[in-house]
Amino acid sequence: MSKLNTYRSGPDEHGHFGIYGGRYVAETLMPLILELEGAYRAAKADPAFQAEMDHFLKHYVGRPNPLYYAERMTKHLGGAKIYFKREELNHTGAHKINNCLGQMLLARRMGKTRIIAETGAGQHGVATATVCARFNLPCTVYMGAVDVERQKPNVFRMRLLGASVTPVTSGAATLKDAMNEALRDWVTNVADTFYIIGTAAGPHPYPELVRDFQSVIGNEIKSQIMEAEGRQPDLLIACVGGGSNAIGMFHPFLDDQNVEIVGVEAAGEGLDKRHAASIAGGRPGVLHGNRTYLLQDGDGQIEEAHSISAGLDYPGIGPEHAWLADTKRVEYAPITDQEALDAFKLCSELEGIIPALESSHAIAELLKRAPKMGKDQIVVVNISGRGDKDIFTVAKALGVEI
Amino acid sequence: MSADNIAGGEARIRARFDALKREGRSGLVTYLMAGDPDYETSLALLKGLPGAGADIIEWGLPFTDPMADGPSIQAAGLRALAGGQTLAKTIQQVRAFREGDVTTPIILMGYYNPIYSYGVDRFLADARAAGIDGLIIVDLPPEEDDELCKPALAAGLSFIRLATPTTDDQRLPKVLTNTSGFVYYVSITGITGAGSAQATDIDAAVARLKSHTDLPVAVGFGIKTAAQAGDVARSADAAVVGSALVARVAGGLDDAGKPKAGLVDGVLGAVAELAGGVRKARG
Repeated sequence: MSKLNTYRSGPDEHGHFGIYGGRYVAETLMPLILELEGAYRAAKADPAFQAEMDHFLKHYVGRPNPLYYAERMTKHLGGAKIYFKREELNHTGAHKINNCLGQMLLARRMGKTRIIAETGAGQHGVATATVCARFNLPCTVYMGAVDVERQKPNVFRMRLLGASVTPVTSGAATLKDAMNEALRDWVTNVADTFYIIGTAAGPHPYPELVRDFQSVIGNEIKSQIMEAEGRQPDLLIACVGGGSNAIGMFHPFLDDQNVEIVGVEAAGEGLDKRHAASIAGGRPGVLHGNRTYLLQDGDGQIEEAHSISAGLDYPGIGPEHAWLADTKRVEYAPITDQEALDAFKLCSELEGIIPALESSHAIAELLKRAPKMGKDQIVVVNISGRGDKDIFTVAKALGVEI
Repeated sequence: MSADNIAGGEARIRARFDALKREGRSGLVTYLMAGDPDYETSLALLKGLPGAGADIIEWGLPFTDPMADGPSIQAAGLRALAGGQTLAKTIQQVRAFREGDVTTPIILMGYYNPIYSYGVDRFLADARAAGIDGLIIVDLPPEEDDELCKPALAAGLSFIRLATPTTDDQRLPKVLTNTSGFVYYVSITGITGAGSAQATDIDAAVARLKSHTDLPVAVGFGIKTAAQAGDVARSADAAVVGSALVARVAGGLDDAGKPKAGLVDGVLGAVAELAGGVRKARG
């Protein structure tokens, strides 16, 4: 495909990024999705909404967070100069809160009085429960029963924050089933309920609005790297599950053709075994309101994803990523569980930063690329979350009992 | 083209509603999941439905992620998939059914991805040839009509749309555009198998739909008993029963998920009871 003049104009008025995206939902939800779109357009055009966002991003989330020069990692790899975008320093420990805050302020504008969300690892659930506590709205989080069992600390956090956590036993009892159950709740409670989707996927306008709320990441990088280096980076790396931290980092740079961009998918046990790499190992299909790359069998039935990182353990990917992959503006690379674990340990030891297992996938890709780059080149890696939540998983993988 | 094919598709649905009108009664639409619990048992159910009193058949296409369905139909879909059901086998069952019945309309009901995966053009050709007359695809609202709705209409299949309590007068014309065969009014906001709506609400909703369209109106979601089906059948052109019948299938399985003796008769007996309720409604 030839280069486009812009990669930032999507989605079109029907919510499509090329053939991806769209609004594949039951009729009961259509009026709500149209209402949400209208409310979002109005909020976007209202300076008071942006001012409110900016206020809470600064005083509650703690933005801007640093763009940190990873000196020891740079020396260790001996190639490009490495910067970390420190999303893990946000309140609640990940980028998720940027989006939750935006959607919460939108829900309040729309007069909604009840919040629902889905969660896999529990990071989005915790961020949603957090803003619900802050803005005093009741919150129900759907979480696969399997995930409830393997992410107990986050379940406890959500309950401390006043949220009700509903274990989902249908289907495979993981993230995709939690999303099905949240959609079923929404179909039932259409009048008062706002569904805070946790990633840049789902029916239009969710992929667009989540991207916009997360674009604060890329926008901050743009000005911070100018201040630090006087120029834009050569390479951006972020991990991609649904892809909200990645699209938030990438989107402001999509038209800067000199900036190379890599999204990292979870290759689990390897692409020929169980994995969660929907671009490398899937094909286009329709699920959860949008068309995108999906892990599916020959009959269009959705397959289970696998990753050591619960936050990447989803059989799809946001529709804008699907389009960016097809247009080749962004390269998508697979990283296995083992490679991510190695990167997790290395980053902890070299930089004193324990990254989330999700973010460790991005660091693992950095380990492959930075040594091949020149010392005058600059890489920015998004450290999308902190790894405290993962210590039990990592200990288990390393055979350590804690 | 054979005589059967000429009478198929939208024409077969229209002929059935015309016949119901002549008989002065409402119809019974039954939903079962194709392949639940296995191919042969569900084919026996399919073949037995018209004799038990089903006027129109909704044949469920199993999908791993049925986001608008309640526990009964979710479980039925997973049972069918575990039993090896596919879209191709679902179409094959209809082909087998048509060898003995050319008048009862069959509507394939499900989600889009298995059809998209199969290929829209190939699917429409195979579905039409097998004797499928219409489609209800839950996750294809009018906003996505280019995907399947318009090609289906061009192929002579009906595309039946769901209207819901959230479909207001402003949106209704959009929902009715490109709808054919009948309109399926979902009487509650919620998933299949959830609580049922008040009869008075249904009468008002049917009247509202009738002021917008000449198409027959079928009403479903939450109908479990012959009496409830009768209540709906007073004003609606047809009453749809799904989860209650699917639950009867589940009740007829042993601990290993295999059909116990009498499963087919039990389910068809329940269909006959519902048909009795519908037929007495305007009596």
